[in-house]
Amino acid sequence: MATVKLTRHLFTFFPQLEGEELVVEATNAAEVVSALDKLAPGIAFYICDELGRLRTHVNIFVGDERIADRERLSDPVGPDTRVFIMQALSGG
Amino acid sequence: MGSDRILVGTRKGVFFIEKLRSGWKPRLAGHAGGGANYVASDPFSGTIWAAMGHGHWGAKLSRSTDEGKTWTDAAQVKFPRGARYLSPPMPDETGPDGKPAAVTLKEATVQKLWALAFGPGGRVYVGTIPGGLFVSNDGGESFELNRPLWDHDSRGGDFWNGRTTGTTHWFGTPAAESGDFAPGIHSIVVDPRNPERVLVAISTAGVLETTDGGKSWRGRNRGMTNDYLPDPNAEWGHDPHFITLCPGQPDFVWQQNHTGVFHSDDGAQTWRKVSQPEQGVHFGFPIAADAKHGGTAWVVPGKSDMQRMAIDGGLFVARTQDGGKSWEPLRNGLPQENAYDVVLRHSLDQQDGKLAFGSTTGNLYVSEDRGESWQSVANNLPPIYSVRFG
Repeated sequence: MATVKLTRHLFTFFPQLEGEELVVEATNAAEVVSALDKLAPGIAFYICDELGRLRTHVNIFVGDERIADRERLSDPVGPDTRVFIMQALSGG
Repeated sequence: MGSDRILVGTRKGVFFIEKLRSGWKPRLAGHAGGGANYVASDPFSGTIWAAMGHGHWGAKLSRSTDEGKTWTDAAQVKFPRGARYLSPPMPDETGPDGKPAAVTLKEATVQKLWALAFGPGGRVYVGTIPGGLFVSNDGGESFELNRPLWDHDSRGGDFWNGRTTGTTHWFGTPAAESGDFAPGIHSIVVDPRNPERVLVAISTAGVLETTDGGKSWRGRNRGMTNDYLPDPNAEWGHDPHFITLCPGQPDFVWQQNHTGVFHSDDGAQTWRKVSQPEQGVHFGFPIAADAKHGGTAWVVPGKSDMQRMAIDGGLFVARTQDGGKSWEPLRNGLPQENAYDVVLRHSLDQQDGKLAFGSTTGNLYVSEDRGESWQSVANNLPPIYSVRFG
């Protein structure tokens, strides 16, 4: 089981997730995104593009480590891991 | 709401400007902080659509069925697996031999939702960067890439089936905001007499037409000239900034191009340059056609492609009523000193004799007498991307 922490910005689009403890079954980062999409349909397309690649200005951390595979999100997620989905600080 | 409400897409949200007893009043109507590239009302259903660019989170289609009180994500526009395109190099890219870099084959993902259009029977069109036209036949419940246009020979052919030309005549626009230099569909014009006839315009390629509901497409660039290619009469390589037609006389089509203003009175089969540079009518982005009279159109001229702002600090709209033979500047009520507004391609509209336009400096102007006089109705909006009555 992984506990997922989302950037607050995503709650603007998916307010139903705000304040919820997001615990999902997943063995890798891609499965985390799929599990989130079941909880909040459409969120996967905010995090990834239609090819399944992590969007350019989005980061996922598994524990303290930023994922390495931005194309397929194959980075493993162990049990009792915290996964952070963040936005890069960019724009204006 | 018709001509008493103006839907405004800005870099930081959707605004409505409504005509109340006390005058035109702006208000934030949703998506605060989100980039709205194009906001328009489907005249057949009343649904208000917003083509959003959410920066980090990508391009999203949003809609409101309650006059903007609430917005929800619509069915999302996505390129199907295997959709590929030939991407031209950046102009300064060179290959290992020092010659201009070769085109590269890229997997398509939506970089920008750029334009919307509507037809009867629940048809919704979305124009995108990189150059995909998406069509819904069920009121926006689902969208599908128009394959005949995507696979058009001018774009490099059908990569799914290996029938490729090896080259593309669709070049890029920096409007993707992603740093990529991909082509984009910014104008989608449905013939009100025959909704199976649609014109699209692409930066940078030119104009294409279908008369069979999108099953086949042909270039419509005869008579177009450009001044930035070795062959000024080349079939492709044109940079239309916006095209529109007269609903009452749909064979009268107007085009504000990078290289001037063009007019067609035969349904875009041939174009004629109608710029009048000595009056400042040449460069600009938007163009609006009259609802009934095919010879009448309005532009918001800008100072050449090197400056791209109001000419000599005085903002004006130019109108022709004779098919572009002559143009008159309309300045009454518009700032004539220290005004350097830029009006983008979707930011001028007309309906029922009213006109409205907005600038990237957040100013919005309205005329209720076909452009004779203007009033400023908003001055501190975010940069304006689209202005549409509805």
